[in-house]
Amino acid sequence: MSDIYVVGIDMIPFGRYPTRALASLGAEAALLALDDAGLGIRDMQALYCGNLMEAHLMVGQRILREIGQTGIGVVNTANACATGATAFREGLIAIKAGLYDLVLAVGVEQMGKGLLGGAKRTDGFVEEGVLGSGTMPAMFSQIGLEHAKKYGTTFTQFAKVAVKNHHHSTMNPKAMSRRETPLEEVMAAEMIAYPNTKLMCSINVDGAAAAVIASESAARRLGLMDRAVRVRASELTSGPYTPHEFAIPDFNLVTQNCARAAYESAGMSASDLDLVELHDCFATAELVHYENLGLCPDGEAGRLIDSGETALGGRIPVNSSGGLLSKGHPLGATGIANLYEVATQLRGAAGARQVSGAKIGLTHVCGGSPDRGSACVIHILEKA
Amino acid sequence: MRKRLLMAESAQAPLPAVNFLYFDEVGNGYLKGARCIDCGAVAPGDRLVCNACGARARMESVRLSERGTLYSYTIVHRSFPGVRTPFIAVIVDLDGGGALKGTLLGVKEDPREIRYGMPVKVVYRDTGQTSPEGRPFRSYYFVPSGMSPDE
Repeated sequence: MSDIYVVGIDMIPFGRYPTRALASLGAEAALLALDDAGLGIRDMQALYCGNLMEAHLMVGQRILREIGQTGIGVVNTANACATGATAFREGLIAIKAGLYDLVLAVGVEQMGKGLLGGAKRTDGFVEEGVLGSGTMPAMFSQIGLEHAKKYGTTFTQFAKVAVKNHHHSTMNPKAMSRRETPLEEVMAAEMIAYPNTKLMCSINVDGAAAAVIASESAARRLGLMDRAVRVRASELTSGPYTPHEFAIPDFNLVTQNCARAAYESAGMSASDLDLVELHDCFATAELVHYENLGLCPDGEAGRLIDSGETALGGRIPVNSSGGLLSKGHPLGATGIANLYEVATQLRGAAGARQVSGAKIGLTHVCGGSPDRGSACVIHILEKA
Repeated sequence: MRKRLLMAESAQAPLPAVNFLYFDEVGNGYLKGARCIDCGAVAPGDRLVCNACGARARMESVRLSERGTLYSYTIVHRSFPGVRTPFIAVIVDLDGGGALKGTLLGVKEDPREIRYGMPVKVVYRDTGQTSPEGRPFRSYYFVPSGMSPDE
C-alpha cells in the first residue's frame, strides 16, 4: 500500500487567548497549515477536528464557518489527551481507505486556569479528599511513586525532567513558558501532589495546531514531496484490564501496547528513533514513558534522565519543543502540536533546538480520567 | 416499636458515598463486589460481565475484603477549591482481590511516614458532608491496620 504524508503542518503559539473565540484559534491554525502546504480549504475533502471541552458543540463546523463552508464531511473527535492525535489518525485512515486524497486535521482547545475537572457529583457529594483524589497531578504522582516503589526512582530524578524540558522551551518561540528553571527552583516550587511540584505540572493554555494529510499520489501530483513527512506508523489503543482498573486508569500498558504495535507496523525499534515527543503532562509521566516506549530497559528511566541522553544533544532527545510542561497542554491541540514538532525537526527547520540529522521521530499522547479509562496514540514519522 | 424506630431513623439514615458501599440492619458498613468465577478478577459493585476476561453471567456477588496493602500513594497539597489539604490519596490492593482508591487516615502527611506495602484496613466514617435533605454521607477510608477503630 502507498504511504500517507503530512504535507502541511503548523501551530499557533500556545498561550492564553481569553478574548478569542475557540473556532478562531482553530481557524488560524488551519490556515497556517494550509499555507504551509500551499493549498486552500477548497482542496480539502474532509475535516477531522479534535476538541475535548466542547466535544458536543460542532467545533469542526464552526472552524469551517471561519475559513470556508465548502460542505465537506466533518468528524469531531474527543479522546482525552489523545483527542488531537485521534482526529489526525481518523483523517489518515480515511485516506488509507481510499476515500480521500487530501484532508485537514485540526486540534484546538481553550482551557481555564487551575486544576482540571470539578469536585462535585450530581448528588452534591464531593469525592475529593474522601475517595482519595481525582486530580490529574495526584493520579500521575501515584504513577510516579509506583515507579519509585519498584525501582527507587527519586524526587530529584523526576524534577530533572522539568529542568530539561523548560531548558528546551527557551529555544521554542511557540512555547508558553520559555525560561530556565534550575533544579533547586523546580524542587522548591509549590508542592501540588508529591512528588510533582508546580513546575513539574503541564500548563493549562489555549492553543491550536493543524495538519494537511495527503495520499502519496496527491503529494506527488501537487509537487509537495520535497517538504513532505511520511507517516510510518499510526496506532491507537485503549487501556486494557489491570487489577487496578477501578482505582486508577492504566497509562503504562496502554502505551506499551501502542508502542509495540507502532514499532511493528513501521518495522522498527526504539533504537531507530532520532527524537521523541512524548506525553509529559507531569514530570513523573515522562520518566515512566521512557520505559513504556522502550527508550530504555525497565527500571532504567531514572538513570536515563541522569545521563542527559534525553536532552538536546543527547542520544535520544525527548520533548525538544519543551514538552507539555513548558509549551503548555491545550488538550485537543496537543496531539497535533507534537506532530508539528517532530515534522519540523525532520524538515530541519527547528532552528536553535534542531536535532542534527533527524530522520525518524515518534509522537506519543496518552491520557485518561479516574473511573473512566485511558487512550493512547503513537505516530512514527520519517523524513520523506 | 422496633419498626417505627427504624422508620424514624431512615430520614436521617446515612447515604453511601459510593454505590458499592452498603449498610446492614444495625448500620455497619460493608463493601460489595463481584468476583468472576472463570478468571477470579474482583471488581467493586455488581456486574453482569467480567471486565477482565469478558465472561458473561459468571460474576458472583462477594463482600470485598476490609484488609489490604498500600500499592501507591500521593500526598495531595493542592486540590479543588474547598477541599481540605494535605491528605494522603492511596491505591490499596485488597486481600483476596480488587483494588480501591481512597484516603489514608491516621498517618502523617509525610513521605517518610508512608511505606509501600504497609497493611491497611477499611473503616467507615461520616464524611462531614450532607445531602440536600440533610442525610449524612458516609464513606470508607483506610487506616493503618494496627490502629484501633476509634482513633
